[in-house]
Amino acid sequence: MSAANWRKAMNSGAGRMAMTARPAPVASISVLTGHRESEPVSWIGFVRGQISARHVIVLTLLIVYPFVATPFFTFQIAAQALALGMIALSLAFLGGYGGMISLAQMTVAGIAGYVVAIFGTSASEAISLNWPWWVVVPFAVAVATIAGALIGWLSVRTEGIYTIMITLAIGVAFHYLTLQNYSVFNGFQGLQRVYPPTVLGIDWRSPIPFYFLCLFFALAAYCAVKYVIRAPFGVALQGIRDNPRRMRALGFHVTAHRVTAYAFTAAIAAVGGVLFTWYNGLVTPGSVGTSWLINVLIIAVLGGMRHPIGAFLGAIVFVLLQNFAIDLVDRERFNLVIGGVFLAIVLFSPDGLVGLWMRLKRRFGGVESR
Amino acid sequence: MKHWRKWIWWVVIGGPILVFAIWAIASNERLFFVTLLNSLTLGSLYFIVASGFTLVFGLMRNVNLAHGSLYLLGGYVGFVVAERTGWWLLAVAAGFAAAAVVGLLMQVLIFRRMPGEDLRQTMVTIGLSIVIADLLIWIFTAQVHQMDPPALLAQPFRGLPLINAYSSYRMMLLPLGIVIGVLLWLFLNRTRVGMMIRAGVDDRGMLSASGVNVNLVFAITFAIGAGLAGFGGVIGAVELSMVPGEDTRLLLASLIVVIVGGMGSVTGAAIGAAILGLAETYGLAYAPTYSVVFTFIILVLVLAFRPRGILGRPA
Repeated sequence: MSAANWRKAMNSGAGRMAMTARPAPVASISVLTGHRESEPVSWIGFVRGQISARHVIVLTLLIVYPFVATPFFTFQIAAQALALGMIALSLAFLGGYGGMISLAQMTVAGIAGYVVAIFGTSASEAISLNWPWWVVVPFAVAVATIAGALIGWLSVRTEGIYTIMITLAIGVAFHYLTLQNYSVFNGFQGLQRVYPPTVLGIDWRSPIPFYFLCLFFALAAYCAVKYVIRAPFGVALQGIRDNPRRMRALGFHVTAHRVTAYAFTAAIAAVGGVLFTWYNGLVTPGSVGTSWLINVLIIAVLGGMRHPIGAFLGAIVFVLLQNFAIDLVDRERFNLVIGGVFLAIVLFSPDGLVGLWMRLKRRFGGVESR
Repeated sequence: MKHWRKWIWWVVIGGPILVFAIWAIASNERLFFVTLLNSLTLGSLYFIVASGFTLVFGLMRNVNLAHGSLYLLGGYVGFVVAERTGWWLLAVAAGFAAAAVVGLLMQVLIFRRMPGEDLRQTMVTIGLSIVIADLLIWIFTAQVHQMDPPALLAQPFRGLPLINAYSSYRMMLLPLGIVIGVLLWLFLNRTRVGMMIRAGVDDRGMLSASGVNVNLVFAITFAIGAGLAGFGGVIGAVELSMVPGEDTRLLLASLIVVIVGGMGSVTGAAIGAAILGLAETYGLAYAPTYSVVFTFIILVLVLAFRPRGILGRPA
């Protein structure tokens, strides 16, 4: 290796350390693996260890919420925030724990939405194949997961800011494909009237059932991410985030871990995408356009990528701003508000709302939490 | 052995293109050559915009995702100036200056405060692009603005073999792109500042250690890079018209040009712009619904076999 390369490697490593100020990766790996070896925790023991009083309180509030709130707040605010939060969670996991910022997560979600619309039912009789929902939905998630893995396979060849550029290019290319193609994607109009099915006599489109549907999958995704973070795969992924060269030297297959991370997050984004498509009742090129690609990043950054809950916090703030920015400023100036909030967060609190919360907690003498 | 591999590549990539070209010329030669001119002139515009992008990236490792917004800003400023004064050249200068000033402000006020934090800088540019795009919609509304070409170039160019008449404004884009490319090459290779920029691309730390004011070099580069976007904006305002959404289109074009050509290389940007212009225009002419797919396939192929772009060097 030449001197210049060596210096660059040192610099980038030091820069990354200074930027994120995370605990030393090697220490955490050894602690965790040691923990695993000394007492092999069972599933139930693991779950019990993770749950504390605040989780129970939040869960109770979430279950009581739709019975207290108006249908508008249940459907438009909470259900939308949960669906968007899942898509943002997939990006937050990739970015926060994998060190890869992919702007194509909304594309993956959009692919799932389009598959549901094309193979399921929609207003476009000529295109939709009318498969039953219990075939279409798993199929959509599978297709989107494969698509996400392929996007990952392409973009893991690059690092850092290159990843943003390539995933953005992929996302915008898919947007233009849906916009220009009429035979499959129905062009600018997209596919309308894509609704959740009526199962067990319940219309899953009415606010309260849809809220619980979103809540169930959002919780499942949250728990899955929480579990994977502590699983050997997640720990290795965090090691790769902090020092890929060292992990490769330790014998880990860096590319395989990264592509797997893409596939895992693609599955979450796909479920979120199906729910978001059902929420909107349609899927159009606009829903996979640049502004939505970036909105997902905004949500993830707004909430903070250092904790999975950040994505949902960010989604709640985003949806509230989206609905009530009209009251704050002139009509149609939503982008200015959200862009300004995003800029403020990036400039003054790089770890988002979760980072802000942790800083406050530390200042007022709280316990240092993970 | 190595010689053979090179030949195989030429055959694998060039073969189908040659077959397509022969078929297209045989079936409709006028369409083929008009498309060729269209694609080269579009590529010329892409080169002008993307060269600024790649210049900034090469030196500062800053992916300026607000580059498209600067393009649109330059276009609108040029439009206003042309409407008030009627001077096209003044409009071009104003578009360049406006974008350069905004770029300079971005560098001085924001990026200088977060040195070395690539990802955060990129996110800031995303935020800025949203804000700038919305401000532009606020001021200029979402209507289509189109600039008139300068009077000298308003008449079509006649008497060409095969094609007969062709827009002389579009025709002018081709030499303009070449002139800009040559000027940029002279600037980078023959002037003192250009030398500093090239040194900074290779090794920032060493450049500052040898007593050069790196911040000044960064500011100059950013101003030129942003100015080129604004310059392209005025030119594109005649060619493509200005609507909200053009900024992302040009940003995507710049991204693909730079990814395909190799980041930080001006020659690479020229190659990438030519390839993108050809792929996009021929795609639109011969397979309208799938034209984006061709661009995408090129992107995938380049990434799969040359992850750093055609002329890219290890970062």
